[in-house]
Amino acid sequence: MNYRKNLFFSILLAMIITGISFAGGTKESTSGQKEKQPVKLSALFMKQASYSEQDVRNMTAEFEKENPLIGISLEFVSYEALHDKIIAAAASGSGYDVILIDVIWPAEFATQGILRDITKEIPKSMIDKVFSGAWDTVLYKDRYYGIPWILDTEYLFYNKEMLKKAGISAPPKTLNDLADQAKIIKNKGIVKYPIIWAWQQSENVFLNYVVLVAGFGGSFFDDNGNPLFNSGGGLKALQYMVQSLKDGVSNPASLQAISDDELRVFGSEQAAFALNWTYMYNIANTDSSQSKVVGQVGVEPTPGDGVNVQIASVNGSMGLGITQSSKNPKEALKYIEYLTSSSVEAKYANLSLPMWKSYYEDPSKWPKGQKPLINAAQLSFAKLYNRPMLAHYTQFSTIMQKYLQKALLNQMSPKDALDAAAKEVVQEKANK
Amino acid sequence: MLVVAGIVGFPFIKTIYTSLFNAPLIAYTRKAEWVGFENFIYAFINPSFMGGVFHTIYFSLLSISLNILLGVLTAMLLNQKFFGRAFVRTLVILPWALPTVVNAVLWRWIYNPTYGALNALLTQLHIIQNYRDWLGSAGLSTMTMVVLADTWKNYPLVTILVLAGLQMIPKEIYEAVKVDGANWWNTFWRITLPGVRPALLVALVLKTIDGLRVFDIVYLMTAGGPASATKTISFYVYQEAFGFLRLGQASAFSVINVTIIFVFVIFYIKFIRSEGISG
Repeated sequence: MNYRKNLFFSILLAMIITGISFAGGTKESTSGQKEKQPVKLSALFMKQASYSEQDVRNMTAEFEKENPLIGISLEFVSYEALHDKIIAAAASGSGYDVILIDVIWPAEFATQGILRDITKEIPKSMIDKVFSGAWDTVLYKDRYYGIPWILDTEYLFYNKEMLKKAGISAPPKTLNDLADQAKIIKNKGIVKYPIIWAWQQSENVFLNYVVLVAGFGGSFFDDNGNPLFNSGGGLKALQYMVQSLKDGVSNPASLQAISDDELRVFGSEQAAFALNWTYMYNIANTDSSQSKVVGQVGVEPTPGDGVNVQIASVNGSMGLGITQSSKNPKEALKYIEYLTSSSVEAKYANLSLPMWKSYYEDPSKWPKGQKPLINAAQLSFAKLYNRPMLAHYTQFSTIMQKYLQKALLNQMSPKDALDAAAKEVVQEKANK
Repeated sequence: MLVVAGIVGFPFIKTIYTSLFNAPLIAYTRKAEWVGFENFIYAFINPSFMGGVFHTIYFSLLSISLNILLGVLTAMLLNQKFFGRAFVRTLVILPWALPTVVNAVLWRWIYNPTYGALNALLTQLHIIQNYRDWLGSAGLSTMTMVVLADTWKNYPLVTILVLAGLQMIPKEIYEAVKVDGANWWNTFWRITLPGVRPALLVALVLKTIDGLRVFDIVYLMTAGGPASATKTISFYVYQEAFGFLRLGQASAFSVINVTIIFVFVIFYIKFIRSEGISG
């Protein structure tokens, strides 16, 4: 009995000692020098728009080749699931080391303690070399919670052949031009619904609304946080959306569409215009497996009202942050520095444009056929309009989404819908 | 008993306890604050959430009715002797084996207003003149379309249960009533239905619980739209917890949801006892 007992405790002791030696971050080599142990990071990305899943996998493989002691486990989710996935992981107290964050989340993620403040790690020389709109992706109260990665905005894409058939010589310069040209195309029977939008009840509908608010020179709040969007440019934007549905120029399918649906409708010759992200240009214009309009795609900055605003450009940038729960923040920083470097961004500039100003100064770096997109990007990036930077952004956006759709479904007038939204936004702010 | 208390009792009591606090989802940001029944009052005066309660009950009632109707009819058909019966039985069960996410994507394509198969079929049959936006209409029509998609996937469960019940009915009884001259309706009403009633009640309880906690298919097909017309109680629980990070409020919504399920289940239990039905 005693023999068995001793044997049991000897095995247990051996297991504990072995466990301790494996759990250590470094180990003594035979020469007495400390050797670095392999580190495994986990990173969360999205699988739609911008860099493709394959692009991210390739970038990561190249990083791992250069840094053999750092391994990365990648996970991809749709944009619509990204926020909640990050929150669920944070709530569990563990999860990812590196996360992709949208420009609207730094306030929330910083106040919730999800992201690590890496202000000290960012060289000042880098800040001026990157477009300022990109930094908004990771900035909250003058602190940096990550490094920007994707610099993006919604462009106006148009089908050149359809415009030509309609006798239209140039793409729209104002939002009214857009509506007028769409009516001409519809009346000539070229396509039943000339404009496709992403108006699904999600961030999509609010984002498309923000583009138009920017276009009509509107604002969301005054300096005291009181809603302004239910008058002026905010009201004009929603009236414009509702009218375009009534006129039959906007596709009613927009009400359940997201960016990928826009791409499919536009790419199958069922729309003459679409507002979408950078990634649509190369897919619709060059990829015949996904598009019937190869070589016919034009791109311009989204126009404004032409009176106060010439270009309506919403900031849809995204950045990479390191979570508070990461046990390997140094390695995580090294990884995001690699992904956001100018050389990597330039190499993968097909579906997402670099945030580095130098890229735009040297046309020799631009991929073939990318010039119209880059021209539109340069004009748009100079005018990026931010969605409200609120710690409770998700609540605000959710309220807006509901009332925008009520107006689009004719359940409420645009004015009543925005007044009701403003009232609920104020109530929610007071409640919690 | 200890296992049940651990995996059901503790989370349930913890949820009730949390529902009395203004508690954040991420615990280290701030401390939970006692608010008593404030979260419940907020739920009952919140028109959006009450709309969610209505949508959930509508989904459940329509879904239960369609599931039972289709399940019973299919089971009766599959109980007949015909060539290839085993193959057809396997085929009928297939939708049930599909993951909900696949079913949701499949039906989003079928309902697509621009290139969906449903529009193409109905226009070719001259049932509708123009393509319709099946998931973009106001009122309850979008929820109805979601229920149809959900029913297609889930009614085979009812079929299996009822088919098992049908096979328990002795054939001699059918032969006896046939000799007595009973017609089809009388046979169904007096022999078949009482024979499958235990199976039907099991199906009813399962489908009620499924319906009242529905989330996944709604989230995947409509994201709660248009204009929140398909948001259910579970959708609001999810939104409060993971969108707004208000765990206390989400817990209160959950408690309300469980209470509604509880009311239905008590009703079924009483019904079962009064009828003296045993499985």
